[in-house]
Amino acid sequence: MGGLESFKPAPVDAEQGEERVVLDDTSIHRALMRIAHEIVESNADLKLLYLVAIPNGGVPLARRLAQNLESLTGNAPRLGILDTTLYRDDLATRGTRPRLRRTEMPSSVDQSLVILVEDVVSTGRTIRAAMDALMDFGRPQSVQVVALVDRGHRELPIKIDYVGKNIPTQPGESVVFRSEPQDESSDEALEVVVQSLAGSDSGLNPSQGVGELA
Amino acid sequence: MIGQDLLGIESLDRERIELILETAEKMQEIGTRDVKKVPTLRGRTVVNLFFEPSTRTQTSFEIAGKRLAADVVNFSVSSSSLSKAESLLDTAKTLDAMDPDAVIVRHKVAGVPQRIADVLDAPVINAGDGAHEHPTQALLDMLTVYQEKGRIEGLSVAIIGDIAHSRVARSNIYGFTRLGAEVRVAGPPTMLPPQVDVLGVKAYTSLREALDGVDVVMALRIQNERLGGGIFPSVREYSSTFGLDRAKLRFARPDAIVMHPGPVNRGVELSHDLADHRPSVILDQVRNGVALRMALLYLIAGRDFPQDQE
Repeated sequence: MGGLESFKPAPVDAEQGEERVVLDDTSIHRALMRIAHEIVESNADLKLLYLVAIPNGGVPLARRLAQNLESLTGNAPRLGILDTTLYRDDLATRGTRPRLRRTEMPSSVDQSLVILVEDVVSTGRTIRAAMDALMDFGRPQSVQVVALVDRGHRELPIKIDYVGKNIPTQPGESVVFRSEPQDESSDEALEVVVQSLAGSDSGLNPSQGVGELA
Repeated sequence: MIGQDLLGIESLDRERIELILETAEKMQEIGTRDVKKVPTLRGRTVVNLFFEPSTRTQTSFEIAGKRLAADVVNFSVSSSSLSKAESLLDTAKTLDAMDPDAVIVRHKVAGVPQRIADVLDAPVINAGDGAHEHPTQALLDMLTVYQEKGRIEGLSVAIIGDIAHSRVARSNIYGFTRLGAEVRVAGPPTMLPPQVDVLGVKAYTSLREALDGVDVVMALRIQNERLGGGIFPSVREYSSTFGLDRAKLRFARPDAIVMHPGPVNRGVELSHDLADHRPSVILDQVRNGVALRMALLYLIAGRDFPQDQE
């Protein structure tokens, strides 16, 4: 079914300050291969694996992880996309409603070993929302979490099972995962950058930064 | 994003309409789950304030609110007890004292939702007022067309029936023209409003000419109370001239879809066959209505700081 994505105005980059790349395409792919090995090592019945990506950033990561798992085990795990927006704990206190993203869960999660895949985890609130959303799709045997980046500042008792890289950050900084090349000349598809925000209010732009919401 | 109230399509710009449609598209997925409920509006109260009976629209709003976990209360008032303007606003104030998070208003008089919005703190959604507007019907129609055709811009839409007295027609004219479609209206001369061209549409008294090459045919319900009211000679004549059947539909594009806001007077606006089968998409319209109203409640209801919106 066609999406209405085409209606969306192109995202306007907030005024950016300093920016440094902390993970480039090669290191992201290496991290995802290592994580695939760790998943195989820690889960007995690989047929029960069900990768659930948290959009937007989790989707390309989960796809890559699924390919890696298939090449290691010969089985492609199930792959779903789960938007957590309607389960957020800050909807009542925000003035603006965040845009919804798509949810595509191909089957129930009953009895499966669910692996949530997120790009950047910080406070843990998105993972909390994702667990609530997940329970509406059944009763998984277990839930584990993959984060490409763990930037600390946890506010809830959430544990990350598989981490690409720990990147300690200052409150004024944001961590952004990009799955599209920034310019045509670059063939580096994936990267993670740390931005130190120029304006103190630019971090509140709701259409920006998957990172802030993590 | 879309403002405090939704009183009509006339005041919505293209960007807001697209935000609502995009949000509704995401809401459709919830209707496909086993557990058709998300906790988004938990603890919020949505009041259906219907001064005119409408089982379909009221039920659609009720299901939409419940799927978002809101408490939905139906406050139905018979029109007879509200003949005085004073008591109308008293009702609204009484309601306001109960702290609802959104109020859905349907009334036979144009402008009542606006009057109620003026005195209420809670956001108001117009569920149809007189011959003025029926914005949620138009939005669900736009969603249905978008999903059938993949676009709205550049399509031709013919609206057939009692255009002059139809809030559905008016809201759809605003909506479809704003999204870049060509809109035509057709009906007996007594049912076409004077100077309808100021709304950016072309009026036809020949069904054949109106249907020529259109992508979407929207038939309006002939209101029973207007039957025999002098604006057209007989139901039979209306049906033979403007009632749609497969033969007349051949004037439209071969892939044209047929829509109707319901309930259909079978054999009057649509033949029995068309009322039930493709290319009519009437049940999709109903299904989309729930997702569309969920989107509106999500965007409008239960925000503590609506003043931050703009």
